[in-house]
Amino acid sequence: MSGTGAPLREAGATIIFDRVGKAFDGPGGSRVSALEDVSLTVQPGAICGIIGRSGAGKSTLLRMVNGLERPTSGTVSVAGHDVGNANGAALRRIRREVGMIFQHFNLLASRTVYGNIALPLEIAGAPAAEIHPKVENLIARVGLEALRERYPAELSGGQKQRVGIARALATSPKVLLSDEATSALDPETTQTVLRLLSDINRDLGLTILLITHEMAVVRDIASQMAVIEGGRIVEEGATYDVFAQPRHPTTRSFLGGVTGLTLPAFIAGRMQDHRPDGPAQAVIRVTFAGDHATDPMLANLATELGIAANILAGAIEEIGPHPFGNLLIAVDAARGDEARTYLERHGLLTEVLGYVV
Amino acid sequence: MSSNLIALLYSATLQTLYMVAASAILGTIFGLPLGVYLATSQRGELLSSPWVNKILGLVVNAARSVPFIILVVAIIPFTRALVGTSIGTDAAIVPLTIAAIPFIARLVENAIREVDAGLIEAARAMGATPLQIIRKVLIREALPGITLGLTLAVVSLIGYSAMVGAVGGQGLGDLGIRYGYQRFMPDVMLAVVIILIVMVQLVQSIGEWIAARVDKRAPRNRGR
Repeated sequence: MSGTGAPLREAGATIIFDRVGKAFDGPGGSRVSALEDVSLTVQPGAICGIIGRSGAGKSTLLRMVNGLERPTSGTVSVAGHDVGNANGAALRRIRREVGMIFQHFNLLASRTVYGNIALPLEIAGAPAAEIHPKVENLIARVGLEALRERYPAELSGGQKQRVGIARALATSPKVLLSDEATSALDPETTQTVLRLLSDINRDLGLTILLITHEMAVVRDIASQMAVIEGGRIVEEGATYDVFAQPRHPTTRSFLGGVTGLTLPAFIAGRMQDHRPDGPAQAVIRVTFAGDHATDPMLANLATELGIAANILAGAIEEIGPHPFGNLLIAVDAARGDEARTYLERHGLLTEVLGYVV
Repeated sequence: MSSNLIALLYSATLQTLYMVAASAILGTIFGLPLGVYLATSQRGELLSSPWVNKILGLVVNAARSVPFIILVVAIIPFTRALVGTSIGTDAAIVPLTIAAIPFIARLVENAIREVDAGLIEAARAMGATPLQIIRKVLIREALPGITLGLTLAVVSLIGYSAMVGAVGGQGLGDLGIRYGYQRFMPDVMLAVVIILIVMVQLVQSIGEWIAARVDKRAPRNRGR
């Protein structure tokens, strides 16, 4: 993996969804809507993660980028090509600019590692003299030199996905689509595959659009993200911003698992929305963004104001190059506003979630 | 058994081999594309064309419902028009091929439909044409199943070839009927049966061996 020179940002293509809708014929002549009014722009060279539960429509959205699905309204364009209305040879040409990897790899059982990676080039009609060095190069890039002549049945899941990635890169695409590419892999293998995708994005500068139901995948590699629910995008933005200030309940429920946003059950059960009379504790969510993530703010709160915060849950991690943390704390309700003002003055984001007696 | 009879058995075996081989090859030439088309022309498939699919399916089913011995007699005019006679091995190849085509087509169709839809999607995503998908993905991935299907077809053709003996088609079946049964020579009958058994065994073993060689789906079958 060479990182020589500046990243080739111009290698990536822009993907634009403009008011895209997709409706299917349902039972009894009804229309079932899979996507409604979806608009999203993926910048060239970005890694965009689309997260949603199964049936939310993310798979349909992804398949529109290479024309495996067609929108019933709106337009989808890739590098300026209108994919939704392309047909025949024009559509096949666009597809060669868009690589795709799959949850279940979809490798040909009858072809070796080499043969699988060569397939897109054979399909594109590349001469044999051109195919060989290219495939060797790709095998080296994904680190499968020793397994060149093996068949998929002899490979592990992670190795199969590496073959899938090499195959997707064979025609030097501008866009890589990832359909739950790590969902069938164990956590460790997931990490190595995500790292490989990151490296490819950095070295080749291609745009990556991925769908997943795991927030950790988005956190680990996506620079941009969208949350999809019931066929609509309910939240989108830079990954860091969405993690720091999730607005939609769906986003929060996805975030719960990865950023310490879930309250312990014994507190969640006793929470009330309004401050009760008498002594109580205010439960506050504090988001440490950017440089402040490493400041000892709670210690400062105690020494400067004498307010003792009780930590209920929390996590500090990195999103891209930025440290990022979430803490759930409880402070004396009488001094809750004072504590929030102090923390916000120092650049942290706070939100009162409720009160506990 | 006299040397005369051995010579008869020998030439009858060659005639059977000739009829089976010719009809299997011709049946595959027509049956394979037909099977591929039956599998890919269903609604929502690669060459989706549900009406043509339905009509072809009816024709194939009709051809397969006709008992072979009836088929042989029923198409005598066609056979005569095609090869100039309705008697002999060349004439027998016509009904054998006509029977083999729909049979092979259905076997090929089943094998192709077993191919994982994800592979077709991957190939479409690569920008493959339907013809490329058929050639490079469907047929290649279905090859183990197609091989076993053809083996089954050849075994059936060996059985059918014995039946054409009844209408002057020659071959082992003809010999068994005329000498073993009508002239009551049980040793000829026994010899015919043994040769047929050996023939079927060989075809089955060779078919399974080839199928295992082209099947890369399980690690144990790794071959170079």
